[in-house]
Amino acid sequence: MAKKQLITVKVNGREREAAVEARLLLVHFIRESLQLTGTHIGCDTSHCGACTVVLNGKTVKSCTMFAVQADGGEILTVEGLASSAGQLHALQEGFKQEHGLQCGFCTPGMLMSSYALLHSNPNPSEEEIRWGISGNLCRCTGYQNIVSAVQHAAAKMAKAGSEANLAEGVAK
Amino acid sequence: MIPPTFEYLRPKTIPEAITLLQQHGEDAKILSGGQSLIPMMKLRLARPGYLIDINRISGLSYIKEEGGFLKIGGLTREAELEASPLIREKYPILIDTAQVIADPQVRNLATVAGNLAHGDPANDHPATMRALGAQVVATGAGGERIIPIEEFFLSLFSTALEPGEILTEIRIPLPPPRSGGAYFKLERKVGDFATAAVAAQMTLDGKGVVNKVGIGLTNVGPTPIRAQKAEDFLRGKKLDEANMRQAAQLAADEAQPSSDLRGPAEYKKGLIKELTKRALARAAERAAK
Repeated sequence: MAKKQLITVKVNGREREAAVEARLLLVHFIRESLQLTGTHIGCDTSHCGACTVVLNGKTVKSCTMFAVQADGGEILTVEGLASSAGQLHALQEGFKQEHGLQCGFCTPGMLMSSYALLHSNPNPSEEEIRWGISGNLCRCTGYQNIVSAVQHAAAKMAKAGSEANLAEGVAK
Repeated sequence: MIPPTFEYLRPKTIPEAITLLQQHGEDAKILSGGQSLIPMMKLRLARPGYLIDINRISGLSYIKEEGGFLKIGGLTREAELEASPLIREKYPILIDTAQVIADPQVRNLATVAGNLAHGDPANDHPATMRALGAQVVATGAGGERIIPIEEFFLSLFSTALEPGEILTEIRIPLPPPRSGGAYFKLERKVGDFATAAVAAQMTLDGKGVVNKVGIGLTNVGPTPIRAQKAEDFLRGKKLDEANMRQAAQLAADEAQPSSDLRGPAEYKKGLIKELTKRALARAAERAAK
């Protein structure tokens, strides 16, 4: 039996602990050890980005990391986007409204890359969106509606942000 | 798709890491960004028995100008280079290069040092570092050793790093005034290796005559190629249309591409010629600013 080591990772806000072999890929840890199958494996060559998750605030391809590297870190997967009450994240709304998916296989990766993009650049141009998702391949949509979905989300989040500021202003 | 079993070690300091490297010799590999190494391990093309993860070692991630050099720490990520105001303002050739490496997810983990240490002529930074006349700092049991980039790339996947050494810093001599550089890469799709790419760095004098020039070629040989004949031709000349064209032809002649899925060798030579022209023109533009 190969040697295992104990790792602790915060996943979607919850502390998770497991004994894993060093060679266990992060994507297999997420999908099999944690049973979070929203993160997908789309290739064998680290190209497609379907496995994208947010680790310590940055997007990474979870198929190109070992679980042990994430020890002590914080991960957000697609399952962590909606609120605990079940309200869809603005991005999920956007993908729904703008038909930003067909088969849905690339979608979790697209969502996580877009999430990180909007976090660092809340008002991206179309070109910036295309650059932002350039590590995620889609075989179905031709990307056009994915771009629209991200624009939809950006607008929604900006509106929510300014409404919150307004409310704050009134309260003051 | 699953690597063979290996032992995972996570030293807290560089001396600890070096001790581990010495202990396990050729059976150990440094795990930094891992964006080249891990895909190779998944295909079982690389089968280290020991992985030494240096990502938690502090003090290795920095970008600073000091002592006549731009110094880039061994753990500096491509994404950090891209986002650095200093690099954006003063070293656009490095932005050109970082931006076309793989994709955003890979760039969050991939390190500039790793891009050099891996020894792959298809990587982008090697040609740029050759054009810039950089040097690297190799840290081993005996301390630090400075390796000029000219002596660094030996052959395919083989560099001058000894088994017990870690690439801890990259040093680029501060360019004199009226200097500029650019990197142009043609790839089939985002994330691909270069079909061909060219890095050009130059310093002009007050009259627009080329004082210093470095031209590096990506993925057209077993190592990144320095287009020395093109450089020798340009030195001391004014950078006009005719001179740029001739230099570009000389660079294309110095390229040694192989025919493969990315195209026939003749096509790649033609690419080198065109990309050299564009890189020289952009570098001159930036030098004149």
